[in-house]
Amino acid sequence: MDLTFSPEEAEFRDELRQWLADNHPGDEPRGDDDSIFEFRRNWQRSLYEGGWAAVQWPQEYGGRDATLMQSAIFFEEIGRTRAPLPANVLGLLLAGPTIMTWGTTEQKERYLTPILSAEEIWCQGFSEPEAGSDLAAVKTVAERDGDQWVVTGQKVWTSGAQYSKWCMLVARTDREASKHKGLSYFLMDMEQPGVQVRPLVQITGEAEFNELFIEQATIPHENMLGGEGDGWNVALTTLMNERSGLGFFLQIRMRQLLDQVVERAVENGKIDDPVIAERIGEIEARTEITRLIAYRGLSTIEKYGQPGPEGSLTKWLWSETNQMLVQLAAEVVGPEALSADTAWSYELLRARGNTLEGGTTEILKNIIAERVLGLPRK
Amino acid sequence: MKFDFTDDQQEIKRTAKEMLASRSTLERVRSAAESRSYDAGLWTELCELGWPGVATAEQYGGGGLGVVELAGLLEEGGYALAGSPLMATTACGAAIQEAGSEPQKEAWLPRLASGDATGTLAVAGRLAPDAAEADVIVLIDPEAGEARMLTGKQAAVSEVQTIDPTRRYGVVATDGSSGEEMPGDGQAALAIGALIVSAEMVGVCQRSLDITLEYVKDRKQFDRPVGSFQAVQHKCARMLLLTEAARSATYFGAWAADADRDRLVEGASLAKASSSEAGVEVTGSAIQAHGGIGFTWEADIHWFFKRAQLDAAYLGGTGYHRGRLAALAADKAGEQA
Repeated sequence: MDLTFSPEEAEFRDELRQWLADNHPGDEPRGDDDSIFEFRRNWQRSLYEGGWAAVQWPQEYGGRDATLMQSAIFFEEIGRTRAPLPANVLGLLLAGPTIMTWGTTEQKERYLTPILSAEEIWCQGFSEPEAGSDLAAVKTVAERDGDQWVVTGQKVWTSGAQYSKWCMLVARTDREASKHKGLSYFLMDMEQPGVQVRPLVQITGEAEFNELFIEQATIPHENMLGGEGDGWNVALTTLMNERSGLGFFLQIRMRQLLDQVVERAVENGKIDDPVIAERIGEIEARTEITRLIAYRGLSTIEKYGQPGPEGSLTKWLWSETNQMLVQLAAEVVGPEALSADTAWSYELLRARGNTLEGGTTEILKNIIAERVLGLPRK
Repeated sequence: MKFDFTDDQQEIKRTAKEMLASRSTLERVRSAAESRSYDAGLWTELCELGWPGVATAEQYGGGGLGVVELAGLLEEGGYALAGSPLMATTACGAAIQEAGSEPQKEAWLPRLASGDATGTLAVAGRLAPDAAEADVIVLIDPEAGEARMLTGKQAAVSEVQTIDPTRRYGVVATDGSSGEEMPGDGQAALAIGALIVSAEMVGVCQRSLDITLEYVKDRKQFDRPVGSFQAVQHKCARMLLLTEAARSATYFGAWAADADRDRLVEGASLAKASSSEAGVEVTGSAIQAHGGIGFTWEADIHWFFKRAQLDAAYLGGTGYHRGRLAALAADKAGEQA
């Protein structure tokens, strides 16, 4: 057991820290979504030029062949220095690796570099109004018409769709086949009349997500990823990539928020209330343990070549802990935390999404029960 | 970073598990508990294997390994619910190694490492494992961080029959002047003790979960295994979450004890806060998931619940250690301000 960084890990971290010190973009602009996006796009260009846009990608595609541990370090350092995430985060974390796994040589050559440089932004067209946790129930239909597919349907929770050039789209290509076998995976051009994007305003008042209305949109056959009917397996590759990396960014942000709450509690004397102190202690423990479990998970993968239960546990523990933390903040900070448009009230509202996004807690528990604990399905 | 046991550490743990699986079966645990006695033969075997001294320095006759290896053994001891003075004696040995003077170490560590003597680590007025029979007792004042060493004869110990008959307990009284002062760091001694009991509790949780999973897969109601009901599944998922949280914190704390002393006190409170929480809830959920049979004397699951209750309280429970974590966080915030 060795919980210190290896020389290679420490060297990677130090090089990154130096680069971030020299190239940090400063604070994000507040308010206007378009300026925030432009800021993040410029930030990604800068990461790309420095060779830091996708450290976990293989070198041949412009990455650094970073280990899982180095990739975790990357996201921790981005979080620690309060730098933003790159604009094309879904392209870098999801589309890129999925194309590397399933794509043809032509597809890899066509799509990977513009993902890295933020020239082309990607969104994820998986969930539908009637296919949320039950992803294989997608109803969006693609029908073959000569060299192309004609697609009609609706997608939802599509982050960044308004800025996206491409969409990772799961659609039903065979209505006769069983639920999982009738799906195919497409790379859909968003810039066409058959694709309409409508922002989905969430409880924070902002619109991170969109609805996608697809009416007779066309996709050339060469834009299918994997074979016809492989859609479920390709989508699983995308989903397997979803929970890595970002978690470390989010954990550091939680750690920073907790530090701020403790500072406030010390300033205003609420730390002397034993009930508040116990809650701080509980959240301290959960916050540190979230990080420890996540690192244990990486060690498990590095040693045994496959993930243990830690990934699902990390997401569950983080999301519940962050909700406990913002609730505590509301009490420690006072009126500011409940006033509209403060950073505190934003966190309070935004945290409600944590136990929903990327798999609801209820689904995570099902996955743990069935796949980790081996409990029988009905 | 390698947040996992090395192959050697894994091998020690695996061997311990196999040995205890055959040597400390639940039938034997039950028969010892019902007569409120220890299986003397088991203790002799553990001593022959060198377990009491595994983390004791070689110059004092120990195995010269670390708290990580010791935690691995204690975890397996908890998994088997083995009844022996191992936990108390290793906690005492670690405390003397940590806080004792050279003559104190020379006097006691070799005897504790070989198992010729047993000991315990106690806080005055609180329940301490194996206190009544202990040849040597380290008494810690958790607030002042001071430690004293008393021989069994010097200490006024009243034996207590607790709800956990798999282990013996006593309460040590003190006049504050009996025995000898120990010059070293009492907080570090207490921290390692907390890690030792946390490690045992991780094993108690894991076994409770394993027994429960086996039961809910097998037990049928409404023509299907009760483990196929989501309410039961989600309870089991939470048992895993709590167990893995306690395990991660305990391994971290054990590593800090061996390799990063600046984080030992924090690591120990992380471990004890989470293992006490897990111990109580996981074993309680195990009874619940068994249904009515879980409440009977005849089912074995209550032994784990009872052990967890005593372990959770020993050297400070969840609330106490959360308070310590909050105080550490406040100190850090104060330094930065």
